Amino acid sequence: MFWKTQIPVFIVFVVGMLTLLQWFIPHAPLNQIQVHMTQWFDIIAVFAIVLGGLNLLKLQFAKITSRQHDWQYALVTIVGFFVMLIFGFTKMGVEDEAVRLGSHLQREGSNFHWMFFNVFTPLSSTMFALLAFFVASASYRAFRIRNAEATLLLVAGIILMLGRVPIGHILTAWAPPYLQLPAIQEWIYSVPNLAGARAIMIGIGLGMVATSLRFILGIEKSFLGGDE
Amino acid sequence: MKKKRLWLSALTMLVLLFAGQAMAQDDAGGAQEAVQQVVDRPPAAVTALASDDAPNDAGKALIVTFERSADDGEGENDVATYEIYRGDSLITTIKPSDVLERTITYSDNSPLIENGVVYKYRVVTVDSAGNRSEARADGAMATGQWFHTGRVNMLISVILISAFILFFIRKAQSGAEIYLRPVAGLKAFDEAVGRATEMGKPVLYVPGIMDLDQVETVAGIIILGYVSKMTARYETELEVPVSRSLVMSNAREVCKASYLSEGRPELFKDDMVHYLTDDQFAYAAGVDGIMLRKKPAACFYQGKFYAESLILAETGNSIGAIQIAGTASPTQLPFFITACDYTLIGEEFFAASAYLSQDPKLVGSLKGQDWGKAMIMLIIIVGTIVETLNALGIVPFTMIHLLEAG
Repeated sequence: MFWKTQIPVFIVFVVGMLTLLQWFIPHAPLNQIQVHMTQWFDIIAVFAIVLGGLNLLKLQFAKITSRQHDWQYALVTIVGFFVMLIFGFTKMGVEDEAVRLGSHLQREGSNFHWMFFNVFTPLSSTMFALLAFFVASASYRAFRIRNAEATLLLVAGIILMLGRVPIGHILTAWAPPYLQLPAIQEWIYSVPNLAGARAIMIGIGLGMVATSLRFILGIEKSFLGGDE
Repeated sequence: MKKKRLWLSALTMLVLLFAGQAMAQDDAGGAQEAVQQVVDRPPAAVTALASDDAPNDAGKALIVTFERSADDGEGENDVATYEIYRGDSLITTIKPSDVLERTITYSDNSPLIENGVVYKYRVVTVDSAGNRSEARADGAMATGQWFHTGRVNMLISVILISAFILFFIRKAQSGAEIYLRPVAGLKAFDEAVGRATEMGKPVLYVPGIMDLDQVETVAGIIILGYVSKMTARYETELEVPVSRSLVMSNAREVCKASYLSEGRPELFKDDMVHYLTDDQFAYAAGVDGIMLRKKPAACFYQGKFYAESLILAETGNSIGAIQIAGTASPTQLPFFITACDYTLIGEEFFAASAYLSQDPKLVGSLKGQDWGKAMIMLIIIVGTIVETLNALGIVPFTMIHLLEAG
């Protein structure tokens, strides 16, 4: 109880208060607190990556040995893991001997660099590109007229889309300026939309303050793993 | 004799003519010189030159301010640059076109500046002909401040909101009943896990893609604690793929505690919380793969998300899972609202632990949060009225004046 709850709660309190105080006290040494805390966090996270890597390998090996469904993908994962690990820790592909280990990662011609820009980046871009299709399918569902809210969304969406392209201007060029689609879309975007977004932001801000306060004061402890 | 006089007269006239021409040339040269002297006069030096400690910092910074030269934008209007010197060292050169205002301010943040040492600045105005004129400032010393005066309003807000929260926590602990408006998304937690149990399919929980330094990730892990209690109670398979090793360690501890508290420690396995990758889209691909292979009946997305939110939620939608999302990322909320069955929007997401646990301390903190919101709404309403009255010319002050006076 003492080691698993009280000590972590104390650490959260001290670190939380110091971080809060440094916002209002710019004087040294408090002005350096955030920088040091961030560096400490990065150092701990770097060591923790070993745990993650080992866990990944363990599960992928288990999939292969027990011939689970689609185990071939696990093989690809393991091969990819070790290939990038070897290319990352050796200077393979770098002809200039003077290049230091570490800086070779960004050196054009190194195997790691080649793999990163010719395999990893296109794969990431492919996943990102899927978003375009998902946006289309999600918009289709959202714009289906099911109730008053969906109808409102549909109408606002159409005005916004039309108002931002030349055809929107052409369609309503005959109307007074304040009734033209570009003007209406601008109003929707910068008045009701902005008001709603700001209301959400205020709620989020207050939620963060309240949640942080619960952590700092030890009111919320369930994230430590103990039963609150 | 007469002829001789005539010659003499002609010679005299010629001499006079040459002399007159020479004098005229001299006069013209003199006038030109005078014009040259006006053009080449040195520019007027800058005025109101002052150097002072930079406010609200840890020291090691000074500010130099001055009014532009009278020959910059007016007068001869030929100022080329302002050279700022600290002692004898030129530290920067400012062109008149670089700054819009009449008053020019320069912050000297050089690493050479030490606290407690007096530094003297001078500003040399240089015109297009290379003429220079100088102004000197009194010495100034850099010091660190113990309070950021620009954040007084924020300090007052934090104190007030904290006071509200602590007051209502105390009130809730004393047994006072506190009403919480029903949140559909939170009520659906039981329904989602129950559905997965009935269908014999797993529950997928995604705690966002960021690390533990984000309050949303921690809030997501807190909610995972409640979901894992339900999966332990109903003996439902739980799958938690994570994108950060620290989150993996933390989430495991939370799940373990939940399974223990439900009296089902034998059902807990370390690997139910497992690491995929730190990379955003590789993680999205991995989670999508899990969804398509295992077909979970319930998907929870609780944490901080970026562009992968819709990729995850649409894939979950395609497999027919009941989906509950919660995030404080405003840009991802529309995606989740569109693709998921329920979405905890912003503050609802942070309030989830209080709703789910019904712990008086947590519920009290929500009430305090609501009072904070009421205070902000009041300020917004008063601000709107004051600004409107000011625009109509009824009152001479604005809300900014009021806040600054406060």
